Amino acid sequence: MADSGTFQVRIHGRGGQGAVTAAELLAIAAFDEDRHAQAFPSFGSERTGAPVVSFCRLSDRPIRTREPVAAPDALIVLDATLIHQVKLFEGLGPDGYLLLNSSRSLEELGLSDLLGRLRPGRILGIPAGEIARRHLGKPLPNAALLGGFAALTGQLGLPSVQAAIRERFPGTAGVANATAAAECFYTVRECVETPSHA
Amino acid sequence: MLRQIEGSAAVAETVARCRPEVVCAYPISPQTHIVEGLSDLVRAGDLSPCEYMTVESEFAALSVCIGAAAAGARAYTATASQGLLYMAEALYNASGLGLPIVMTVANRALGSPINIWNDHSDSMSQRDCGWLQLYAEDNQEAADLHVQAFRIAEELSLPVMVCMDGFILTHAVERVDVPEAGPVDAFLPPFEPRQLLDPAEPMTIGAMVGPEAFAEVKYLAHAKQLQALDTIPAVAAEFEQSFGRSSGGLVRGYRLEDAETVVVALGSVLGTIEETIDAMREEEGMPIGALAIKTFRPFPMEAVRAALQGAKRVVVLEKALAVGRGGIVSADVRMALSGIELDGHTVIAGLGGRPITGASLRRLFGDAVAGRLGPLTFLDLNWELIEAELGRMGEGGRSGPHAENILREVGVVAGGSH
Repeated sequence: MADSGTFQVRIHGRGGQGAVTAAELLAIAAFDEDRHAQAFPSFGSERTGAPVVSFCRLSDRPIRTREPVAAPDALIVLDATLIHQVKLFEGLGPDGYLLLNSSRSLEELGLSDLLGRLRPGRILGIPAGEIARRHLGKPLPNAALLGGFAALTGQLGLPSVQAAIRERFPGTAGVANATAAAECFYTVRECVETPSHA
Repeated sequence: MLRQIEGSAAVAETVARCRPEVVCAYPISPQTHIVEGLSDLVRAGDLSPCEYMTVESEFAALSVCIGAAAAGARAYTATASQGLLYMAEALYNASGLGLPIVMTVANRALGSPINIWNDHSDSMSQRDCGWLQLYAEDNQEAADLHVQAFRIAEELSLPVMVCMDGFILTHAVERVDVPEAGPVDAFLPPFEPRQLLDPAEPMTIGAMVGPEAFAEVKYLAHAKQLQALDTIPAVAAEFEQSFGRSSGGLVRGYRLEDAETVVVALGSVLGTIEETIDAMREEEGMPIGALAIKTFRPFPMEAVRAALQGAKRVVVLEKALAVGRGGIVSADVRMALSGIELDGHTVIAGLGGRPITGASLRRLFGDAVAGRLGPLTFLDLNWELIEAELGRMGEGGRSGPHAENILREVGVVAGGSH
């Protein structure tokens, strides 16, 4: 149960894609904006490639609840192959946001139903893995997607997301991830402003 | 300085600022990040002088701490679950010898069935081993309790366990003001051992004691634990004065002033309980409150009695199960309430990492107020699974192992909480 002022995020990925780190980066970015945040993983037996879930709550007030996020305000999906494997969209309400890492369109992924159920401009597929590959040389989508999250939801600013990324990954990895996040931010912002591209 | 930091990292840094001279631990989830953090600090020279010793087991880890503390060193270890069980013999020795070791227990369930997730089975299983037990509600308190634990341990010459919920706290990234070195040094003077193994002045500790004096030595251990009922609140008050925030103590009441129903619990679940209480008060006008037990050993009988004596009903929510009996905390709470008539309920919840949700708590507390709650309840139990397995057993013959049968029924190969 979350109080009404809390924005709840659930992140789905596979072991090795950085779902847990993504939730932590969101929390650090929120802290940089003087907000309260709580990030935590869903604790499974960690294995590369196995489905992984992490959570982050953002609020202007201290966060007391400790339960997993069952009804997310936003869903970030790092790996589109999870769509038919786990209950990805469980608890996502009609006003929810969905950001999915994929080079294919949502229709091609068989998500037409979902497109109809959610509000236009709140559901978006973005090739974050491709963008990350260009900047990092590796298709690690987690940090890049956070730039997209900032643009899609307006919960965080790009500068604090980039600062969190650079704090976590010092040196060139941080710079490359922060640049990838910026590209995702502007790509998503453009899509949201012209919803027909979504 | 306030930072957004993982609970384990906050505890590792805080422990380092308490200047332990010996850290010895064996890695086990969900405690591992804490001792990894400490080993990094020792390796980098940021925690010095300190010897970080790697050993082959938890039994060895605590045995090293016993030796270190007896030789006058401030000693620290951390463990969880089966690791704590593997320490069991050494736990009794550390307390019996009166050695002020501090240990973090990153609370985790006990097997079998093997389970890496959170509940309080591990520390509750060692509740009578003579260690003090403090329970943290959040990561700020987890950090702060370590500073207090060294002070309490050394003032009383008794070992202290700081219990924090595994994963739920150890792996959560939230804001923590990690106590700074200067104030910690002012709060925690260098360790002055009450007894010291010193080759220059040879002596032995750990004598065998026969029937002529064993009970007296044990009584002294009990009396010393009871002294902690004065020491713990005094240290918490001094901590608040030095650091400007309230952490620790014996118990903490939440909205108790007019509460007819009081929920008693330990650890991080108090946050979700408070959210639920606020919602029930605001939306239904229900007079309900909570009592956090911060110190479970020694058990603060008088403080618990004072906090609960005005209630009509008490719901003790426990993250551990005494098989064949039910509640563990409840038994102590009932003892504290001797002679007071009220409805008492025990609820077993959150075993093996089962999430305790606000929705379930709200239903549960509603049931308690409406008189629908029995003396012992298992929160969110899947009765369909249980009845199916009971049915299989009832058929006689070779019905097979419960864990494997139930997993087949649920349709999972390996466990997962989400």
